[in-house]
Parts: sequence; C-alpha cells; structure tokens
Amino acid sequence: MLDLLAARPPGPTYLTVEHVSKRFGGFTALHDVSLSVGAGEFVSFLGPSGCGKTTLLRAIAGLDMASSGRVTQAGRDITALPPAERDFGIVFQSYALFPNLNVAGNIGYGLRGAEWPREKARARVAELIATVGLEEHAQKYPSQLSGGQQQRVALARALANRPGLLLLDEPLSALDAIVRQRLRTEIRAVQKALGVTTIMVTHDQEEALSISDRIVVMNAGRIEQIGSPETVYRNPASAFVASFVGRSGSFDATVEPLGRLRAGNMSLGADAVASLPAGAAARAFIRPEDVKLGPAAEAYPGAFMAIVGGIEFLGPVCRIHLLVEGVTLEADVPSDQMAGLNLANTARVLVAVPADKVMAYPHG
Amino acid sequence: MAELALVRPRAGRDQRIMQGALLLAAGFLALFLLLPLAWLLVRAFQDAEGAFVGLANFAAYVTTPALAASAWNSLWVAALTTLLVVPLAFCFAYALTRSRIPGKPFFRAVMLLPVLAPSLLPALALIYLFGNQGMLRGWLLGHSIYGPIGIVLAQVFYCFPHAALILSVALAGADGRLYEAAAALKVGRWRMFTTITLPSATYGLVSAAVVVFTLVVTDFGIAKVIGGQFPVLATEVYKQVVGQQNFNMGAVVGIVLLLPAVGGFLLERWAQGRQAGVLSGRSVLYAPAARLARDVPLLLLCLAVAVALLSLVGIAVWGSAIRFWPYNLTLTWANYDFGRFDSAGWDALLLSVRMAGLTALFGTAIVFLVAYVLERGVASGPLPALVRFAASMPLAVPGLVLGLAYILFFNEPLNPLGFLYGTLAILVLNSLVHFYTVCHLTAVTAIRQLDPEFESASASLKVPVWLTFWRVTLPICLPAILEILVYLFVNAMTTVSAVIFLYGPDTKPASIAVVHMDEAGQSSAAAAMACTILAVNLGLKLLHLAMGSAIERWTQGWRRR
Repeated sequence: MLDLLAARPPGPTYLTVEHVSKRFGGFTALHDVSLSVGAGEFVSFLGPSGCGKTTLLRAIAGLDMASSGRVTQAGRDITALPPAERDFGIVFQSYALFPNLNVAGNIGYGLRGAEWPREKARARVAELIATVGLEEHAQKYPSQLSGGQQQRVALARALANRPGLLLLDEPLSALDAIVRQRLRTEIRAVQKALGVTTIMVTHDQEEALSISDRIVVMNAGRIEQIGSPETVYRNPASAFVASFVGRSGSFDATVEPLGRLRAGNMSLGADAVASLPAGAAARAFIRPEDVKLGPAAEAYPGAFMAIVGGIEFLGPVCRIHLLVEGVTLEADVPSDQMAGLNLANTARVLVAVPADKVMAYPHG
Repeated sequence: MAELALVRPRAGRDQRIMQGALLLAAGFLALFLLLPLAWLLVRAFQDAEGAFVGLANFAAYVTTPALAASAWNSLWVAALTTLLVVPLAFCFAYALTRSRIPGKPFFRAVMLLPVLAPSLLPALALIYLFGNQGMLRGWLLGHSIYGPIGIVLAQVFYCFPHAALILSVALAGADGRLYEAAAALKVGRWRMFTTITLPSATYGLVSAAVVVFTLVVTDFGIAKVIGGQFPVLATEVYKQVVGQQNFNMGAVVGIVLLLPAVGGFLLERWAQGRQAGVLSGRSVLYAPAARLARDVPLLLLCLAVAVALLSLVGIAVWGSAIRFWPYNLTLTWANYDFGRFDSAGWDALLLSVRMAGLTALFGTAIVFLVAYVLERGVASGPLPALVRFAASMPLAVPGLVLGLAYILFFNEPLNPLGFLYGTLAILVLNSLVHFYTVCHLTAVTAIRQLDPEFESASASLKVPVWLTFWRVTLPICLPAILEILVYLFVNAMTTVSAVIFLYGPDTKPASIAVVHMDEAGQSSAAAAMACTILAVNLGLKLLHLAMGSAIERWTQGWRRR
C-alpha cells in the first residue's frame, strides 16, 4: 500500500538514504531504511520516542555513523565521513549554545579561516541577527535570552556557513505552545526564503503536518510511510500511521462481503476493505470529523443509533464520545451547532460514517 | 538488492586527536600507577633474591606477633577515630547547611584549616600541651599522650575537615518540597529528620566514615610523631623498608594496608549505587527557618569546634616561636633558622614549593585533559573503561603503599625509568598520582555540566575540537580547574606518606624535614617548619579566594542573568 510516487521527492534529489541500518550492540535502532529528499524540500521525521528518527538524523549528520547502508548528499557518498567533512548545519534539541559567548559570538562561531575574513564574517553575523530579529540582543549571553530567542540564535548559527542541508532535532520541543506555533511558522519562512534543504525530527504530528513538504512516519526503527501531510493524514499506509497521525476512534472488526465491516451487532460500509476476504480480522479507524450526527446522518444509508458516553468541550468543537454495541467512536461537532443537536449524556443519537472515510487494515 | 557492506567510519581529525590523547592517558596511568602496584604484588611473593616463594612472606607476617599486633592497633584506632569524628562532623555540617546560625563563612573557613597543615602539626601541638613537658599534662591523669590517646586526638583534628566537607555537601542539596509535604502531613521534626534528612545523607555518612577510617589506617606522620612505642601498620611498613631494608615484607604490609582502603572503596561504591538522586530539575532548594531551640546548641557546638581547631593551630604556632618550652617562654625566631637543625635548612621548604607547584601545574593539565577525553571522546571499547577505572583507583591506594610501589618499581635495576629514582620528578609524579582521583572527579563533574552536544555543534560548524575546548570548555570550567590546582598544591605541600620512601639527599621536602627534626628531638624546629608549610598553603588559599573572584568576574560574566 506504500504510495511509491509520494516516496520520491518532486524536484531533483539532493539527499538519498539507501538501506541504512544502525545497531547499538544487540539492539537494532534502524532496519534497512531508504528515502530521498529533494533539493529545497522540508521533510519531517515523525514518530514516537525511540522510533529511530533521531538516530537516522544523526546518521545523516555523521554524529552516529550508520552500521550499514549508504548516504549520498549532492552526489557525494558521505556515509563514512566524520561530521566535520560534511556539509550541514544542525539545531539541537538543547540548542547547545555556548553559554560563555554572546549572541554574536555564537552565531559567528563557525565563520573562521581564509573563507571568512573578519569583515565578511562580521557582516554575515549582522545579516543573520537581522534575519532572526535579534538586533537588540546581539551582546546578550544565552542565559539572558528567552527560550524562543535562544532557538533563533541556534537556527542562525546553524545557517551561518550557508550549509546545503539544515538538520533540526526536535527544535521546538523545549518551548511552550504559543511560542512553538509562532516559531514553526518563522522557521518555515526562513527555510523557504533560503531554499535550504531541511530535515526536522519531531514527535509532534501537528508540527509535522503544518510545516512539512513531506513526512516520513517511523516506528520501531522502520519507515511506515512517506508522503505529503495530506496523504499521510487522509490515506495512512498502516494501522500505526492511522493511530499516530491525527485523532481517531478505533475498534477491531471482521470483514463481511461487499465491503462491509462488522463489530458486534454494528455493521458499516467501508470501501477500504473491499479487497479483503470475508471473515478476515481488521482494525478500523474513524476520524472524529468524519462522523455525522443527528439530522446530518439521516442522508446516509446504514445510519445507526448510538448512546452519548461523554462530551468534551475543546473550544471550536465539542468531542462527543459515542457507544455503539461495545465499540467507542468519537465525533467532533462545531461548538455553535451543539445547541441544535440537543445532546446530553446517555442520550440516543443517530450516527453515520461515510463508507469512503473508514480506514481499515488487516489485523493479526 | 544485495546486502550492503558494513560502514567503516572514517575517523576525522577530532577523533584522532581524542583517540591519541586517550592512548597517552592510558600509557601514563599504566606506567605510574598500574605497573608499580602490580610490581608491589609480585614482590610480596618473592624473597630478597627475587625467587618465587609463594605465601611464605604472608606466613611470616601472620606469625610475627609485632606485625599482627600493629594491624589490630591500626584497626581499633581507626574505628575509634571514625566513631568520634563522623557524628561531630555531621552536627557541624548540619549547622552549616540546615540552620540559621550566624558566621557560617567563618566556620566554613575554620573547618578547612587543618587541610592546609601537615598532619604532623596537630601531633606536635598535642605534644606541647600534653607531652613530657606539656602544660596540661595533668589532664591525662597519668596516661601518656605518646600512644593511642595522642594518635586518636591528632587524627580527630586531621580528619575532621574531610568528614565535615563530605557531609556538608551531602546535606546541602535538600528538596524543600519534601519538607513542606511532610509538614502538610503533620509529621513531627524527629520523623522528618529520620525519614527525609538521614536517608538523603546516608551516602555522605558512609563516604565520610570510609574516608576517615582509611585516612587513619594509612596516615604515617601522626603515628610517627606521637605514636611512641605503639606500633601501627603505617609505622611498621616504614620500619621494615627503611629500617630493615626488608622490601618483601614491606610489600606484604603494603598489601595488608591496601585491604581496608579497597574494602572501604567498594563499600562506598555500594552506597553510591543505593543513593537515588536527591535533587531533580523541579526541586526547590530547602531554606531553613530560624529556630532557637536548634540554632543555639548548634552555634555553641560550632564555636567549641572552632576554638579547638584554632587553638591547636595556635599552640603549634606559639610553640614554634618559644625559646625553650616550657621553661623559657620568651619569643624568638631562632627555631626558624632551619639550617641549625637540618642540613637542608630553608631549601626543604623551597623544594616543597617547587614540587607542589609542578604537581599542581602538570597535574591539573593532565587531570583535566584526561577527564575531558574520557567524557567527550569515543566512549566505547575497553580502553576508556580501563582509563576510567585507573583514574578512580588512587583513592583506594594509601600514599604509603604507592610510595612503596614506586620505590620497588623504579629502583628495580631492569627498569629503564630507574633514572627517575631520587629526582624531583618522581616526587611530583607520585604526588600527582596519589591525589589523582579527587581531582578527576572534580573535573568530570564540571565537564558533565556542559551540554553534551557542544562537540557535535562545533563539528557541524567545522570548528576543530581543540578550539572549542580552548574557547568554551576551559573558560566555563575555570573555577573547577583552579579548585584542582589548589587542591593538588596544598596536598603536595603537606604529604608525608607518599614521599617518605622517595626523596633523595637533594630532594627532601619540608614535610619530611619536619619528621626528621622531630626524630632528632628538635620539636620546636619541627613545629616551625610545619608552620611555614601552613603559611604557604594559607597564602595560596587566600590568593585563590582573591583571584577567584576576579577571574569569576572576567570569565563567568555569562552566569549573571
């Protein structure tokens, strides 16, 4: 089911990872991983902690070399090169800013040697400081900056040498929610303006969905799916992706003939299982926004009754927990439509799920 | 697709530098620690001609009553000292960290005073007070100060700062939230003490007890000066080697001396494993509230300890300036005219300063570089593990044993490094290795506070590792580096046991001169020399404090918010 087209970058390829594995003693952190990144593309490695996404990033950077396989950057085989001989800038989760150097000192840290005469380096630092909007803070030490400002310094430092590849290791995880959202837009804007090929590691699916050109979903050292944010969200390639990316209610079911799923006494149409043999076990996922309630459900054939098990107010929407024959579903209803539905705990309500919105995967 | 070949990482310049430094470190520790100790082990199983005799030397040891008695004496004296020092030091440290008594900086400074003096100094002061011509001789009710009483009293003075320092560190970091939670649960003070304070200090207590016990068993100076006819292990090994030239029996006693130290070392490791982290990132530091019922008794205790420590030092200083104790109490500088008592004269002090200075300079550089390479270099493989083990070993090796191992190893005719014997270099190397572990731990602690990605960040910026070491690591760690420097200097100035076997006719340190002058009955001159050592160390410590705050302003400005 892997979407082969989406696994290739749209433009010319800048970085390829071929059959890369990484073992730490007896533990295999990466199993035969392959992918490619296009020039100027923003790709996210998304997965739960311990899935191997940071290991893959560090193999690309050369900070922890791959055990086997090949990494090629701009046509050059870099698999076994030490980090200093590669071409990348990196922002660490901790930022790793030098605490005894001020903002300008940190950003200009790598601008040395014959390539960067003093004046040129100074101009470059000033330019970068302006790019990340820290003009008033150039002389401050990292401990005098807020988390968001520190993050910008780290980004500017990583970009100072004009690297061909920018690596971001959970760059936003140390920040609070509001700063996070603002900074991810900023990072994306800077990346687009510079056109630098970028790989970001994150465990936050919302972050990955919002700023990536493509997402690499990883689990247990393997790639589960590579695709655009919309593909990954709308057409998850596996049960893992369906459960990890986006919110969904899920249940075990049995495949029935003519593309139907049965769980207990509930039976619903599901296009996804049309090709599966009847009687096969499957795991089904339904996104809350795809569940129709009350009058909206009447138009669908096969609508069924459910009992309201709980209501969560989430601001713009309310999430309704529904009990059907021992299966729990979730439905999102815009908050301003709640009054019309007249929902309350233990109330009965009509429910429908369009057959093309049910995600199902063979199970067991 | 065919299986791709395994990746063979190409080592960059940075890794090659780190790997090379690690090899040098391993070579250094092997040559000046592991091999001499291994040779000591070998010699214990040989006779004087170098033939293998199995356990014959050990059998001879056990059946020699004087030797067996000295082991027993060492044990009970050390145990008694530990029982006296640890509770006293605990209360003192508790007052410094968990009360609101005034004058804490003063008490802290006084607490460290004995560290700056050679261990002989309290012994000499005690002789002034309670010796054959002592002013307070009557207080002993006819008992003699020369023997276990004198040894224990002097050891309490000498070991107190070590125990108090460990315990005040153990008690310093307390999570205030735990006490607030206990107070909210209406728990009484005594239960708070037994359920929160004591458990968090368990490791400190074990550690302090181990350190004190080991110090007493392995200290040579005090037993030599005030022990009289009371034999202990440390003086016995000296007698065997220097007096009877019986190197093989010396090696056996050395191994016996190693046992309590190694046992204590293992015990401490065990306690460390059981100690959970007291402070997490979310902890709130405990700030004691004023409470007279607690603070007044603690203040009185601290005052008593301070008076005792200061007066013992004061007696030694006073005694060193007295014309003829106790009959002619006029003041004089005559005792400081060292040339009259010992052929080396003032040169002994100059030699000590040179030795301590070299130990401090080379030692600090070596210790810090090795710690850095271990922490930030290639972590896998047997070599780093070996170096790490070797770096933690000197703590368990008494100075006397190390000195003995050196004399056996470097005096061996076949050893190409034999030319070192009797030189200043061997004194420096010996002191450096002897005091290695504490410095190593200080350096490791400082380096671990740095972000582990500094080296990766600088590699990604194409900045070589040595430049980042110079521009970032060193400046940030400068306070710890100064700490190591002063520690090495002070200890090299005062050490007796590490160098007693190794000095040559032209390389006699001041601490050894103290022993010799005391042996020759010139106790006033001995006290005077001990006082000069104290004065040098005190001067350096004051310089450290003054310079420390200047350097702090200069290199640590980034710490200010």
